[in-house]
Amino acid sequence: MNKKLFYFIPYTLWLVLFVGAPIILMLLQSFMSIDGQATLANYQIFFGSGTYLRMMFNSVWYAFLITVITLVISFPTALFLNTLRHKDLWLLLIILPTWINLLLKTYAFIGILGHNGSINSFLQFMGFAPQQLLFSNASFLLVAAYIEIPFMILPIFNALAEIDNSLINASYDLGASKWQTLRHVILPLSADGIRAGIQAVFIPSLSLFMITRLIGGNRVITLGTAIEEHFLVTQNWGMGSTIGVVLIIAMIITMFVTRERKKGGNKY
Amino acid sequence: MNINKTRFWPTIYLIVVFILLYAPIFYLIFYSFNAGKYMHDFAGFSLRHYRQLFNDARMMEIVFNTFIVALLSSLIATIIGTLGAIGIYGTKNRVMRNVILSLNNVLMVSPDVIIGASFLIFFTMLGIGLGFGSVLMSHIAFSIPIVVLMVLPKLNEMNYSLLDAAQDLGANSWQVLTRVVLPYITSGIFAGFFMAFTYSLDDFAVTFFVTGNGFSTLSVEIYSRARQGVSLEINALSTLMFLISLILVVGYFMIDSYNSGRKAKKGKLSA
Repeated sequence: MNKKLFYFIPYTLWLVLFVGAPIILMLLQSFMSIDGQATLANYQIFFGSGTYLRMMFNSVWYAFLITVITLVISFPTALFLNTLRHKDLWLLLIILPTWINLLLKTYAFIGILGHNGSINSFLQFMGFAPQQLLFSNASFLLVAAYIEIPFMILPIFNALAEIDNSLINASYDLGASKWQTLRHVILPLSADGIRAGIQAVFIPSLSLFMITRLIGGNRVITLGTAIEEHFLVTQNWGMGSTIGVVLIIAMIITMFVTRERKKGGNKY
Repeated sequence: MNINKTRFWPTIYLIVVFILLYAPIFYLIFYSFNAGKYMHDFAGFSLRHYRQLFNDARMMEIVFNTFIVALLSSLIATIIGTLGAIGIYGTKNRVMRNVILSLNNVLMVSPDVIIGASFLIFFTMLGIGLGFGSVLMSHIAFSIPIVVLMVLPKLNEMNYSLLDAAQDLGANSWQVLTRVVLPYITSGIFAGFFMAFTYSLDDFAVTFFVTGNGFSTLSVEIYSRARQGVSLEINALSTLMFLISLILVVGYFMIDSYNSGRKAKKGKLSA
């Protein structure tokens, strides 16, 4: 059995050095001022000044909007995909764009949304004046939702694929309409997939920073952007870590809310 | 799942979704062949941006760096992750096992910025200079959990009596590992390696934090160039990257179907 421990050494080292230590160091750093003194000031500033709180609510609000947009688009997609004959192949085609570098996909939108880009050409063709599309809140939402959609479709698709067809047929036999079947049979049975999708989209949406820089033009500030700014621009690691700790707490809350519910609970 | 007898609107909806998903990618690829200089007003077909890309020594070096980091990090992560998965499999204490598994998943669910920022603190604290080494270590670190998650199900699916049988027949633990366990979990190891490779190629945020000034990977370079504006060299690059992704996906599924095909064949033989 000691041989088992031997396999474990590199992995355990990784757990300690790269999982445990960095998070603890970040927590400690969040209690340090810019010149290395232990202090609670970072948290006082975060929760005391309106700027940071407003930034946090803003970030949560945008992440919420991104999640809602992707969910509204993804649920029907997953539902319809499940009725197709070669559904695994089609699912693969949904996942394929996620294998393409994130930066390249974002970069594409700089071209599409730019002042002379396709959308503006189309608007001009239709007789409208060109709009400032890039560097707006709407373009940020569009690009973020575009990037996150496959991560929402995938878990919902899997949850829907697991539903027993006879349950749906039973629902029809008992006289339920399409809408009733969707509302009372399919939706509850795919709830875990929806929760997993929300989790997979909401948490990254809180921390996106390169989209806010490239597409949002610094107008949308998320928690992620603020962390990047404090660490790499203003070099105020203490404040950056404080925002990081807040982000981790937000992540834990999200995971708790969207956790998988036990099947066959005391609901009935 | 068959709730829609009328196929018309669902089909239209799916077509629209697929067009939206792929339009930006093909838009990039389309303009990489533009004879003009911008991502609008197509001025005719030309390969000049590809020529420019291949003559760009800095970009070529960065492409090389990116692949070296991806290859090395995924190899090392695969080794550590596989050993870790075997270790977790051997942990019989349920509580301990669950604790390790939750810790394993911490880096999977953490936002990239948190991983990047906390690694930056960690490297600075240890006095490790930022550059190739720090990027490589970070990529190994965030790839290990995905390897574990790919390998562990294969181990769990393995019949424990196989190991007992091997030991009863006189195999030492090294032989049990190399002749019984590793062949059984090969497909999981390959899947883990592929996932780790693509994670590394794709990563931007973590690398951005720990890369320092001298060293750069593709994502970081694209970011800094994109901030300066559009250059069709990047479009040419994205066409090539798209092809590489396609090859990787096809390769991954060929290995996957080869393995499941082999398993089915074996099953037939033994039956």
